[in-house]
Amino acid sequence: MDAQAIIARRVAQELRSGDLVNLGIGIPTLVANYVPAGLKVFFQSENGLIGTGPIPEQGLAHPLLTDAGGRPISALPGASTFDSAMSFGLIRGGHVDVTVLGGLQVDAHGLLANWMIPGKMVPGMGGAMDLVSGAKRVIVAMQHAAKGKSKIVAKCTLPLTSARPVHLVVTDMAVIAFADGKATLVETAPGVSVGEVVAVTEADLVIPNAVPEMQI
Amino acid sequence: MRAVSVEEAVAMIPPGASIMVGGFMGVGTPERLLDEVVRQNKTDLEVISNDAAVPGKGVGKLFDAMLVSRLTATHIGLNPKAQQQMLAKQVAIDLVPQGTFVERIRAGGCGLGGVLTPTGVGTLVAEGKRQIEVAGTTFLLETALRAKFALVHAFLADYLGNLTYALTARNFNPIMAMAADTVIVTAEHIVPVGVIAPDHVVTPAPLVDYLITNG
Repeated sequence: MDAQAIIARRVAQELRSGDLVNLGIGIPTLVANYVPAGLKVFFQSENGLIGTGPIPEQGLAHPLLTDAGGRPISALPGASTFDSAMSFGLIRGGHVDVTVLGGLQVDAHGLLANWMIPGKMVPGMGGAMDLVSGAKRVIVAMQHAAKGKSKIVAKCTLPLTSARPVHLVVTDMAVIAFADGKATLVETAPGVSVGEVVAVTEADLVIPNAVPEMQI
Repeated sequence: MRAVSVEEAVAMIPPGASIMVGGFMGVGTPERLLDEVVRQNKTDLEVISNDAAVPGKGVGKLFDAMLVSRLTATHIGLNPKAQQQMLAKQVAIDLVPQGTFVERIRAGGCGLGGVLTPTGVGTLVAEGKRQIEVAGTTFLLETALRAKFALVHAFLADYLGNLTYALTARNFNPIMAMAADTVIVTAEHIVPVGVIAPDHVVTPAPLVDYLITNG
């Protein structure tokens, strides 16, 4: 299983029946492919839709029905559409149960940086700051390291997305929770040892006595 | 409401005007109005729009033609021309969190001075802004946004100017239709009065100043 599939599969296990879920672009988008059969989850697209469905077949796309990246999508039975004030009222108002976002850095206290690299990449924050500030549960889905450098850092060097810590980080090597404001290693990926995770993680990790392997 | 040609409507917009443009990545954007803005070469525009779309589409056309002097938006990452013009300091770009962006416009259209939001507290977005504590939570004071013109795209418009929107093309359109001195609308279909049931009207007719006639 490749790194992205490990992450997306494990994140999907965090979803509960009835949840309203917002997925960011990149690895988070893949989570929708691994929702367990029978689990009824509502996916929100922040451009104004609850009930996003799969990409329509060739020739069936509707030009006025797209995801937040402007790509054609479909709407499932029971879907609803609304304006952007409602969409971000849902997000900021705590009505979104889970958001899954990509990350550039997450620090030892769960603070996330994911919207700009000064001087290099300044695309704008889009909806990320509202999602991290307002969703009930914030999950970061990202690679554990990039070019050999840990993305779980002691302190973020990139501009923060929010002063509110995230709840969970799922990587291709580990699951890390921030329940007490401390980075706690709660699971390792299949075939990865606790020692290997610690070796590639810049932030100090709290290591419980037993750290189970992801069941994916 | 007055029904006018697209040429006549755009002729009312002076160079340097502030314009709000509906749409999200070019979906729900009044393309005919933007094409005419480019044709009439309206320069130095101060644009308020969620994003810069992509070159050749939506607000992206205004960047292709170098007509923008200032952009207030939430995301420009998919338009390399907008990024180049920002880095070359040809365009001043204010980046705003999307939920804050829409609430600032909503406030502008509803007679409010601004809104208090937790989004952006403790980040670069908070720089230079007042922070206000309410019941133990810190909020940023984000001020209202208005423009001289709102360019709105609807799904149905009736002969009076009542509007409905379709699917994800609704986005910022009904909010912007409240927040400008002059509201100019294009619609996918212009229909007789009564086709849109009162319960289904999203933007009531008195908000619409000009409806662009079929070409």
